[in-house]
Amino acid sequence: MSNTTVQQVAIKSEVESRKKRGPFASFIYEIVKNKFLYLLALPGMLWFFVFAYLPMVGIIIAFQDFKAMKGIFGSEFVGLRNFQFFFRSGDWIQIVTNTLFLNTLFIIFNTAAAVFIAVMVTEVSGKWFKKVTQSVMIFPHFLSWTVVAMFVMAFVATDGGFINQFLSLFGIESIQFLASPQYWPFILVLLKIWHGAGFGSIVYMATISGINPEIYESASIDGASRLQKIRFITLPLLKPTVILLTILAVGGIFNGDFGMIYAIVGRNPLLYPTTDVIDTYLFRSMMDLGDMSMSAAIGFLQSLVGFILVLTVNSIAKKVAPESAIF
Amino acid sequence: MSINESLSDRILKGFFYAAILLFSIYCLIPFWSVVASSLTSEASLVKNGYMIWPIDFSLDAYKLIFRDSTIYKSYGVTTFVTVVGTALSMIFTSAMSYTLSVKSVKYRNHMAFYIYFTMLFQGGLVASYLLISKYLDMKDTIWVLIVPGMLSAWNMFLLRNFFASIDESIAESAKIDGANDAYILFKIILPISLPAIATIGLFYALGYWNKWFDAMLYINNKDLFPLQYLIQRIMNNLDYINQVSADVTLPNFIPPAMTVRLATTVVTIGPIVFLYPFLQKYFVKGLMVGAVKG
Repeated sequence: MSNTTVQQVAIKSEVESRKKRGPFASFIYEIVKNKFLYLLALPGMLWFFVFAYLPMVGIIIAFQDFKAMKGIFGSEFVGLRNFQFFFRSGDWIQIVTNTLFLNTLFIIFNTAAAVFIAVMVTEVSGKWFKKVTQSVMIFPHFLSWTVVAMFVMAFVATDGGFINQFLSLFGIESIQFLASPQYWPFILVLLKIWHGAGFGSIVYMATISGINPEIYESASIDGASRLQKIRFITLPLLKPTVILLTILAVGGIFNGDFGMIYAIVGRNPLLYPTTDVIDTYLFRSMMDLGDMSMSAAIGFLQSLVGFILVLTVNSIAKKVAPESAIF
Repeated sequence: MSINESLSDRILKGFFYAAILLFSIYCLIPFWSVVASSLTSEASLVKNGYMIWPIDFSLDAYKLIFRDSTIYKSYGVTTFVTVVGTALSMIFTSAMSYTLSVKSVKYRNHMAFYIYFTMLFQGGLVASYLLISKYLDMKDTIWVLIVPGMLSAWNMFLLRNFFASIDESIAESAKIDGANDAYILFKIILPISLPAIATIGLFYALGYWNKWFDAMLYINNKDLFPLQYLIQRIMNNLDYINQVSADVTLPNFIPPAMTVRLATTVVTIGPIVFLYPFLQKYFVKGLMVGAVKG
């Protein structure tokens, strides 16, 4: 019975493919043929249209003198004036520098910490020890930055914060962290590692667990020490993954970590010199100053630079590790 | 397993143990100290600063927040948003991923690109803000916490790759036996995909639970504050504290500014701590699969 059914199916599709159809007709034919599947995808496609593509139309605001009353279609077109204003104000230097500097630090230290942890955890033994410490190290990742901001208070508060309590043990004067911008890149990097290194190490641990144990065994036979094995086997074999993830992270280097920075620094102008990034600056000019045009201009620049960067970075990543392309 | 580990090897291993232990303590201490500091009286906190173990144990802060309706409202909002949001996200993400994974769908790569592009380029905060607050008029509704963030292109591609990895012969033989697409999806594919979909669901759920930025932008109605946003608000102003302790008439009463904030924080994290073993297992698994597949 299945023989004739198969034959029938085969004949049917042959006949169909021999029919000549115009492009529009074949489009309709395809939709009808797989109508259930296209119907499934329809809500999602609509959602992306409304929430991802429609806002792209709003880019025009960057080129307008936007007035809320007049809306998008009524506001005056002013060309590049918003951009000129932004660059002339000089603010851009600080926020771009902060964004790039902080993100670079984050990428370097987070990756280093994640690799460290992955290597160390795979080297130690003790199933219970590994399980418990891994659970603890991954835990911070699940907390939102607003909650973390509370934790930070416990440490940096001028009166009674842990760091200052510790310092007073040695008779050192309390540091007013909330008024001293110079400490904050350091603090933010420590926070980033606290939040992300444990979770980030999972990927590296998965990679390490895929290394053939025979390589280690033959190295042992040749008399290699643990350190040598790490240096000459584990790390080199991790390199492709590290490079790939780093390259991908660089794609987002112009996007400040708004969630972290705003939740923790908030609206504390004293700390802006070292912590204000493009995203927080944009947010404030939109919400506090109501300057839609300027914010839109900054946002557009950020999206544009990010787009070029991501394309570049993805093509490099494809050459480094071709199997990892999204599609 | 080497029997004779050299001294330098053992020292190195010992160093690793210590480093891991230190980092674990580093990860745990902030959380621990916030819990401990929330369990003291405000007077003790002012006098001693933050602590690792409660000096002068007191549940005052907790009593106050549980007597006031704010924490319950926020819990309600966050729970609703998480449950409904996760359900919607899972349904629509799975639906779309499945279609993109079926090889006989002619336009699936076009659709995939349409979605992929949104990961490369965005319209920006201003445009989204105007769209949602002005044109869609979603401000101060609970749906503004669910709908704008409902789908993630990233999760969608993860699920698509999963569906694509299911052996095609299963679907093919079902087709030959006369099954239509709907039958294949619901009776054959979904039952075996539940773990993967559940993992994606957990990714979404965590996102919804921790959401606060959208609330900051679009919600002014105090009754609609999700938990994480509540924390942010009370960090910066004292309304909540004053409200919560408004009717206390004890002598020498110090408004529990800090302890209430800490207690609220602890109560917010509570569910995550309780569900943690469960969360951890699925997240790690999901991450590994995603990483290996790229």
